[in-house]
Amino acid sequence: MPTTSDGRLGLTASQTVGPYLAIGLTWEHGEEAVDPGTPGAVTVSGTLYDGEGAPVPDGMIEIWQAHPDGRFHHPDDPRGVAEAPPGFRGFARAQTVDGGRWSVLTLVPGAVPGPDGTTQAPHLDVSVFARGLLDRVVTRVYFPEHAGVAGPGGHAEDRVLAAVPEHRRHTLVAQQVDGGYRFDIRLQGENETVFFDI
Amino acid sequence: MTTDHPAQAAPGQANGLVLPQYERPLGVHPPLDSPDYRSTGLRHPKEPLVLLPHLFTEVTGPVLGDGRVTKDDADLTQWDGGEALGQRIVVRGRVLDSDGRAVPDTLVEIWQANAGGRYRHLRDQWPAPLDPHFNGVGRVVTDSLGRYEFTTIKPGAYPWKNHHNAWRPAHIHFSLFGRAFTQRLVTQMYFEDDPLFFQDPIFNSIPDEKARQGLISRFDYEATQPEWALAFSWDIVLRGSGATYFETEDVDADDE
Ligand SMILES: [Fe+3]
Repeated sequence: MPTTSDGRLGLTASQTVGPYLAIGLTWEHGEEAVDPGTPGAVTVSGTLYDGEGAPVPDGMIEIWQAHPDGRFHHPDDPRGVAEAPPGFRGFARAQTVDGGRWSVLTLVPGAVPGPDGTTQAPHLDVSVFARGLLDRVVTRVYFPEHAGVAGPGGHAEDRVLAAVPEHRRHTLVAQQVDGGYRFDIRLQGENETVFFDI
Repeated sequence: MTTDHPAQAAPGQANGLVLPQYERPLGVHPPLDSPDYRSTGLRHPKEPLVLLPHLFTEVTGPVLGDGRVTKDDADLTQWDGGEALGQRIVVRGRVLDSDGRAVPDTLVEIWQANAGGRYRHLRDQWPAPLDPHFNGVGRVVTDSLGRYEFTTIKPGAYPWKNHHNAWRPAHIHFSLFGRAFTQRLVTQMYFEDDPLFFQDPIFNSIPDEKARQGLISRFDYEATQPEWALAFSWDIVLRGSGATYFETEDVDADDE
């Protein structure tokens, strides 16, 4: 195992999932961050596009998010480990095998503390994997109903959104549709989705 | 706690809270734009990435494993009532972070081609035989020392259409979660002395020679099982600690 000059272990490098990721990474009910029928459950769905606007049929989307009260079932949340609402996992993954389409079922998360006493607007962290992506790309989904909220929980106070050039912010905001939200992801080209260096 | 948490956190609620921070993997991962691997052409973002601080959503992650993994998922050599063909091997190692700490209780998922180099996938149509007793999927959860172990079949090399006479070196795909969203990693494990490395743009997309070598498992005679299986060892290193992020208003004031 390689070590770095400061004595740390060298990180394992990323590689593409390749075209056959669906073999290994498909889970039964993997698209469900929350059990179907749970009050408040919404779908977040969209299409993954390449730089020519063609759908990407060999990709995978994963979401990770806070509970509806803005907390996490995780030991590293300094506010304490919060029990998840019944049937809620906060994580889902969906293959794009259906012509680039993906869809997850979840609950809209709550607002989460941000830097320096600010509040982050409700958001999903998203990883995108595909053949041709040598590392995952990371984006966030924000929700349209929080766009106009002034103060905590609104988009205006969110420091992560504020760091995104204004003319590109719209690529991070889902559209309201029947039964939930639509969030298309464009890997490249016109209206390219904002991706983050994590 | 019995406190009812409102959907919108009050400003200042986070003050004084300390979040673990993760190092940023400078120069380790392949550039998303790697022209020798042709599929990157239309799939790499061209706009600059925006720096994402490691806040609550980034330093937490899903607790997985239970319910997703059965004991049988560690053994890929038995499927659909029979035994897979090929060289039986043990693949084992540890999942660590770059500080050298074990990453326990984390899900490790693998998938791979069969001994002839064919995946059990509709789109894989090259004329190598499918093995009726190999599906090529494995899952385990690391133990308290971060160890994982699979029993599988040595995968074959396979051709692809990236360039003339292109062949992928034998490899096993690995997917890991770690304990935080920042640590999520998907990669591939290779085998020593593979003669196909020189022409493989995926392996060679990793710019750093040491990082490339880090994807190659080592033959592990000690772990071989007499009259049963050869063995290969491969440790996986996820991101360790970076500078700690303190959320205080004082820092804000001093920074102005
Ligand atoms: Fe492969």
